[in-house]
Parts: sequence; C-alpha cells; structure tokens
Amino acid sequence: MATTSSAEPKTNRIGLTVIDYKGGRTTLCAGCGHNAISERIIDAMYEMGVQPERVAKLSGIGCSSKSPAYFMSRSHSFNAVHGRMPSVATGAVLANHNLIALGVSGDGDTASIGIGQFVHLMRRNLPLIYIIEDNGVYGLTKGQFSATADIGSKLKTGVINDLPPIDTCALAIQLGASFVGRSFSGDKRQLLAMLKAAIAHRGTVMLDVISPCVTFNDHEGSTKSYKYMKDHDEPLQEISFIPSFEEIDVDYDPGTTVDVTMHDGSHLRLRKLDVDYDPTNKLRAIATLTEAHHEGETLTGVFYIDPNKPTFMDLLHVTDEPLATLPADAVRPPKAVLDEVMESLR
Amino acid sequence: MASTDVIVQEVSRRDDSQRFVNDFSLQVATVNGSGSQSANTILLRSIFQMGIPVSGKNLFPSNIAGLPTWYTIRANKHGYIGRKKEIDFLIAMNQETAREDVLSLSPGAAVLYDEPMNLASLRPDLTFYSVPFDKIVATVCPEAKLRKLVKNMIYVGVMAHLLGLDMVQVENALRKQFAKKVKAADLNWGAAQAGFDYAASSLSKKDPCRVERMDKTAGKIIVDGNTAAALGSMFAGVTVVTWYPITPSSSLVETLIDYMKKYRIRPDGKATFAIVQAEDELAAIGMVIGAGWAGARAMTATAGPGISLMAEFAGLGYYVEIPAVIWDIQRVGPSTGLPTRTSQGDVLFTAVLSHGDTKHIMLFPASVEECFSMAQDAFNLAEWFQTPVFVMSDLDLGMNNWMSDPFPYPTQPIDRGKVLSKEDLDRLGGFARYKDVDGDGIGWRTLPGTDHPAAAYFTRGSGHNEKAQYTERPDDYENNMLRLARKFEGARARVPKSVQMGSGRERVGIIAYGTSHWAILESRDQLRNEHGLESDYLRLRAYPFPHEVQDFIENHERVYVVEQNRDAQLFDLLRLDLPVEQVGKLRSIAHCHGLPLDARSVTDELMSLEGN
Ligand SMILES: Cc1ncc(C[n+]2csc(CCOP(=O)(O)OP(=O)(O)O)c2C)c(N)n1
Ligand code: SF4
Ligand SMILES: [Mg+2]
Repeated sequence: MATTSSAEPKTNRIGLTVIDYKGGRTTLCAGCGHNAISERIIDAMYEMGVQPERVAKLSGIGCSSKSPAYFMSRSHSFNAVHGRMPSVATGAVLANHNLIALGVSGDGDTASIGIGQFVHLMRRNLPLIYIIEDNGVYGLTKGQFSATADIGSKLKTGVINDLPPIDTCALAIQLGASFVGRSFSGDKRQLLAMLKAAIAHRGTVMLDVISPCVTFNDHEGSTKSYKYMKDHDEPLQEISFIPSFEEIDVDYDPGTTVDVTMHDGSHLRLRKLDVDYDPTNKLRAIATLTEAHHEGETLTGVFYIDPNKPTFMDLLHVTDEPLATLPADAVRPPKAVLDEVMESLR
Repeated sequence: MASTDVIVQEVSRRDDSQRFVNDFSLQVATVNGSGSQSANTILLRSIFQMGIPVSGKNLFPSNIAGLPTWYTIRANKHGYIGRKKEIDFLIAMNQETAREDVLSLSPGAAVLYDEPMNLASLRPDLTFYSVPFDKIVATVCPEAKLRKLVKNMIYVGVMAHLLGLDMVQVENALRKQFAKKVKAADLNWGAAQAGFDYAASSLSKKDPCRVERMDKTAGKIIVDGNTAAALGSMFAGVTVVTWYPITPSSSLVETLIDYMKKYRIRPDGKATFAIVQAEDELAAIGMVIGAGWAGARAMTATAGPGISLMAEFAGLGYYVEIPAVIWDIQRVGPSTGLPTRTSQGDVLFTAVLSHGDTKHIMLFPASVEECFSMAQDAFNLAEWFQTPVFVMSDLDLGMNNWMSDPFPYPTQPIDRGKVLSKEDLDRLGGFARYKDVDGDGIGWRTLPGTDHPAAAYFTRGSGHNEKAQYTERPDDYENNMLRLARKFEGARARVPKSVQMGSGRERVGIIAYGTSHWAILESRDQLRNEHGLESDYLRLRAYPFPHEVQDFIENHERVYVVEQNRDAQLFDLLRLDLPVEQVGKLRSIAHCHGLPLDARSVTDELMSLEGN
C-alpha cells in the first residue's frame, strides 16, 4: 500500500523496518497455510525487535521446510534432510548457543520419518523454537496421508485414514519440551502472540500449527481444512503477550487470567475461556488434549509452559562465548598437558 | 625415528638357541570377564620395561562375560609389532577352548595350563608345564571369593620365571596397573610371587622362549589408537563431539570425555566443549553437520553399521560443503558382522558414501602416533576443504596396545579455513557462498550469527548456484558439480603424503595402508632374507591418492596392493583412479578373516603370485 512519501518508515526497537525481515518470494501454492505462518514469523520477529543476524533457521524437507526461504533473508538458514532437522539444529545450538534457533518442519517431516529425532529433541529441552506446519498430508509428494491425519479423514482420492493420529503436542509435553501449544495458520492474533512468547522463552518451544494444504487437503472430509478449522477450532484461552521491553499497562484479573512471567521478564497472559486451565500442570495438559480428541475438537492455545526449566545448554555447562569461535588457545591445551599425559602412558 | 619404522637388524635364523630370545608370541586363553586383562597388561608392561619391543592384541568376543578370549603378546627384538601367525607359548586357562588351542599349535610350542585340564597327553611334540593354580592361590588369598580375581596373577609369576622376566619390573608394572588400590596391588603381588616361587621350585625350563634386557623401549609409551585419537582430537581443538556407542569406536569417545573433563574445563567450571550421546548415528552425524555449519570443530566416531546410517548426511555434507570429522574404527561387516574383529572393509563404501556423485577425503592411520596427528590433519582438511573427512582406523589399531614414541606437541596452527568475518564483509560488501574466487574450487563461508546484513546465505541440499540460491538449471548443476570435483582434485596435494621405503629401484612394489603396514614391514624382510626378493613399499595415508602413487606404479613392474578385506577395496579404488596402462600392473593380496594381518601370510601369497 502506498504511504505518504514524507513519512518515515516504521521501525522497531532496534531500528529495523519490517522489510528487513522479509524473505524471498514464496513458491508455495497461493493460499497455502505455510505462507500465513511465514508472515506471522516475520511480524513476531519484527515486533520483538530480534536482530535477524542472530537467528538461525533450520528445516527438513517438504513444502513446509521450504518456507524458511520466504522469510528473514538476513538470517542464516539450513534446509537439511528429511526428518533430521532436530539433529542439525542441535549441532548448530551446541556450536553457538547465542543463536536464536528457529526450526520449521512439516507433519510428515516430524511425525513419520523424523519422529525419532523429534522425540529426542523434545527430551533435551534444547533452546529452540520448533514449528510444525501441520496439514495432515505430505504436500510436496502430492498429498499422501501423514501420521497426524485424523482417523476417518478423507483424501481427495476418497481414501480414508484408518489409523489414529500422533498428537505431537501431547508427545512433546510428556517428553520434556518446556513450552507447548497449538495454533492455526488462519488465526493471526493467536499465532502472533504465541510466536512472540516463543521468542521470549528459553528452552524448547513446540508449536503445532494447523496449516491447510489448499491443493491436497482442503476439501470436504478433511479434518485439516480451513472450513473444518473454522468449525472445530476450540481456543483454550485468549492469549496476549507483553514483551519485557514494554510497560505493563493493563491489569488482569487473576480469577480469569493466568499470568506467566517468562525467563526474560516478559508476560504471557492467558485469559480463560470455557474451562479453568492451568498451563503449568503436565498431567492436566495431557488429559485435556486426550479429552478434546475424544470430543472431536481441535484445541488450540498454550497447553503447557515451564519458563524456568533448565535447558540442555544449562546441563552442558559450556562457556558463555560460543564454542564455535573460541580462540585457539582456549581449545588447545598447553604442552605441559601433553607431557603429563605422555608420562602417564610410559 | 618415527614409530612406524622398525629397528632393522640382520636376522639370523641359524642359531636356534638364540632364535626365541626376545622373539616370541605368547597367547593367553581365558574367558572374558574373568579379570585376566590386568594380568595380561602386567606381562606386556614387564617385557616393555625390560627394553624389548612388544605389542598386545586382544581377541575378544562380542559378549560381556563368559565367552572365550585370547590375548596375544608379541615380543620382538627387531621391532616387529604386527601379529605373528604362529603362537610360541600358550597359557591355557579356558577349559572350553584348551583342546583346540593346543591342537592348533605348531610343533615345538610350549603350553602352560591349569593342572586339572590335564593337557599334556594331547600332543607329544609340545612342551607342557602344569601348574596347580587353585592350590597356589589358596595359599596367598585366604578370602575364597577373591581367588577368582587373583588366580590369573599366578601365571604372571610363573611366566616371569620361565621367560626370565625381572621381578622388579613385574612389581613396577603391577603397581602401575593397580595405581591407588594398594590393597589389591599387595594381594596380586603376593599371587605373582607365589607363581614365581612355584615355577622356581617345581618346573624345569624346557622351551626356548626367553627375554634378555634390551634398550629399545626407553622413553616410549604404550597406548591404544582410540586413546591416541582422543588425545589428537583434544589438541586439535575439537569443540563438539556427538556419538552413538558401537564397538570398537566407543572407547575413543569415552576416553575423550575423560581427557576433556580433565583438561578442557576452565577454572570457572565452564566447558570449552560439548559432548552429546545422540539417539543414533543419524543424529550423531546430523549434529556434527549442524555444528560444523555453525563453526564448531565437530566430530563423531563410529564403526561400519553407523557409517551405513550416515550415508545421507555424508552426501549432504559433501554437497552443501560443511566440515565434519568422522572416525570409522572399522570392524568386520557386512551387517553386524564380527563386531569385535578387525578389517579394512569400509574403505570403498566410505569413499563414495551417499547417493549421487560423491567423494570423500579419507585418512588411513597406521600407528597410534598417526591417530594422534591425523586427528589434527582431519580437522584442518575438513575446514580447509569444507567437507566431511573420514579417518579410517580399525579395531586392531583402535583397541589394541601399541608401543610408540611419545606424541609431539602440535606445531601446525589450528586452521579454520576460509571464513569471512564481519570486518571482511564490511570491506567486501557481500559474498557468494559457492563462488570459486580463488581458483581452487573452495568458496568462502560465513558463520551464522555473523553480525552483518550480507552475512547470511541459504544452505540447501537441493540444487544451488554460486549464491546458494535454489536452481534446477542444468548449467548451474553441472558447474557446481565440476567445481566440487576440482576441489576434490586439489585435496591430492594437501592430504598426508605417502611414505615410501626401499631403494626405489626394485621391480616389485607393494602398496598398503593402515594397520596392514605392520605385516608389510616384516614381510619385506622375510622376502629379502628368505627369498632374496627386494621390494619397494609405498604406504598410502590418504584418499584422494596423492600424486606420488602414479609415479610409484610407473616405476615398478608389478605392484602388490595388500589389504584386509575380501573384495580388494582399495585396489578397486586405485583402478578407478589410475590411467588404464597402470591398472594392469596391480595385483591384489587381500585377507578377510577378522584377525590382524600377519607377515607370513603376505610373504607366502606374494611369493606364490611371483611364481615361486
Ligand atoms: C529420505 C527421503 N524420503 C522421502 C523423501 C520425499 N519427501 C519429500 S517431502 C516429503 C513429505 C513432506 O511432508 P511434510 O513434512 O508434511 O511437508 P509438507 O509438504 O506437507 O509441508 C517426502 C516423503 C525425501 N525427500 N527424503
Ligand atoms: S502442495 Fe499443499 S503444502 Fe505444498 S505448497 Fe501447495 S498448498 Fe502448501
Ligand atoms: Mg504436511
């Protein structure tokens, strides 16, 4: 949209415009949910004032895994092999824990070929944002069912899925991820708030974002279509996020709202909708997900959060400087050490 | 003198009484889990401390306890430390294998056995020593439940007497072995002495194996290749290590963990490294690739089954050009194969590991010293060429004890290769990740986190052009692949050079690599001394093959390529690499029984191929 030429472009707290967060032109289908998620990532990073150079984008293989090419060109990116983004991301964070690691995967990439690495990533609570762009099918290989497809959901070809879905959120909570939620690519407000909170979180954030595939799974009978989500999206809470660098100007009612103080001092506010829900209770979270599943509802919102759980990097106790760029004298012990070892082997 | 040389001496075969002085192979047959390892190490060290070149090889089952194991100690005044085909002295402690062990000995060999086994009647052509282990141990170890543990120390004492080992050296070795466990040391020392006393009073020496003090081990160390590789990696400045346990590579990382905890934790308690036990080898190599991408010196160690799993990532590393170091401690395949036996059976597969046109740099350490130095070479090459580098060790080298000169402190600086900093980018304005600006096929890279708006690039395993942008254009693909091939060609001049021995003017040449080296050293002497055949020898240390290989083949009529696998894998790689007219000169000598290659087998086969 045209703006008046005299107006300064809007900038964020580090002086960047939203353009500085843009990526290449998308090659995904028009209307693909993944594109909307890319947009929200751009907004969240811009609004949080994240230095793009500090971000490392990581992905596997799939339409979803291509999407890092379509946002934040000023960040390094690694489109790895199918289902193995977690290990590549882990290596990158081990090498440089000052990076803000953003992993983008698909439901096929995560829940089938990559389930092993996914499980172990969650278990480690590595500082990383892990987004599943979940459309219930393998988009890039032309629409086969994935392991998150609901029982009874139907392909365009008429094939009906007769296996139960893997609930990646329940799995992530059980395994040790410290921030787990589900959203919908079509719910701008909710997704943006969750992404901003994800950026503020320290530890593994696992967001399963329902992201309809307009080409292969948006028809009648699909449980991952825009229409289905409009009818069945059941938000648990109304989510707002107040970053650490903003004044808190709105009070909240502790009777209706859970306020989570994040590690960096930000606040995540979850206003209860129907049910009384405590997002710090693991057992309750898993039970709630299971119940919703039985009811045929697609619950969205923040299911679980522990802002202070030690991360994998805390456990490894590495130097504050990135391991990758430690100077030679920090990583090669002096000659006296070799002499001592040689003496012990005589 | 490099530790891969031997002390070449005139070998006299005529004087038989001298023949087995400081030249014999001694095998201890036990069951695993019986604690014989300490006794064997003490025997080995005692001989070593008497100045006699020695090596120890453990032939063990893939099992935790209760199955047969054989430990072979070879003492050799000439410095031959490869496996000797014949066993000269058997210490039979395992009822289950005793009969077969005895029957397989060559005439004239000696056997020490536990009295109840009653082996002496098996063969008239051997020397037998019967020792009542249980009776002796009862006198020195009142506590019945400890007896099983100290029983093995009896044979250390008996052998000390029979071989003429200095008991002062035995005690030194024993106390070193038990280090701070003084009570255990005292108890075991008592057992060793009791064995010695029994032998002195009740056995009369009838076999020719003897030791005499020499001065060939002064200043030397005894160490296994995995420990050497761990040390080399630590001094190479490794920062990220990921792994999944597998014999025979586990001890490399486990030893590395110990050293890093001791020497790479800062006074403030912070580690200058991260070591992660991954969920499998796919994850281990994935983490290495991710860490290498982000700028760490990252490595993993594995064996054949792990190498198979790493194929897809190896291709990614090659194609997107990320440094990585992978140690393959080769064992016998295919499949699970013989997990505790040695081979050089992964060479061909690893050279081209991955689908699509792929080639990998491989290094072939032959000695513990090279495990140490090549750990450093591997990182320097990986970072210079921005590619995975495989260090092809094997079980024999990795897990057995080898004598060596102490390792020299690295003099090479840590070379991080072509990495652009923020300041470089300020100056240049930008860069193209895969552009061949220097004419060597190697582009410049930036690390994630580099604080410059032009630093980022998109790493993808799909088709990419010079700017790392997605492309399916035929010319982009082809140009990139040709550049990768040029880059690989350039590695020939930078990988460790081959080592050549001999006058260079002989008609017969030998090419070998890795641990086959030890058999070749000895075999060349056998060929000369027994058959009057002089040979030249080129020991390959890397793939792609350095340029001198072709010159070597050019200058010889016939070249024997010796290796430890069935399909003559390196021979095949040479055939792919060499001009056709050279291929016809090659002959293969390949062995694949899972035991370290011995000189006698090489000599015999080479002579029969020579038409003798
Ligand atoms: C080892 C391997 N097997 C199979 C493929 C083929 N493949 C590419 S993408 C894909 C599925 C992607 O599905 P998903 O992760 O859900 O991504 P989407 O395209 O739906 O966003 C498959 C099977 C591959 N690239 N690698
Ligand atoms: S095929 Fe489906 S998932 Fe892939 S880009 Fe098109 S709409 Fe998106
Ligand atoms: Mg999908």
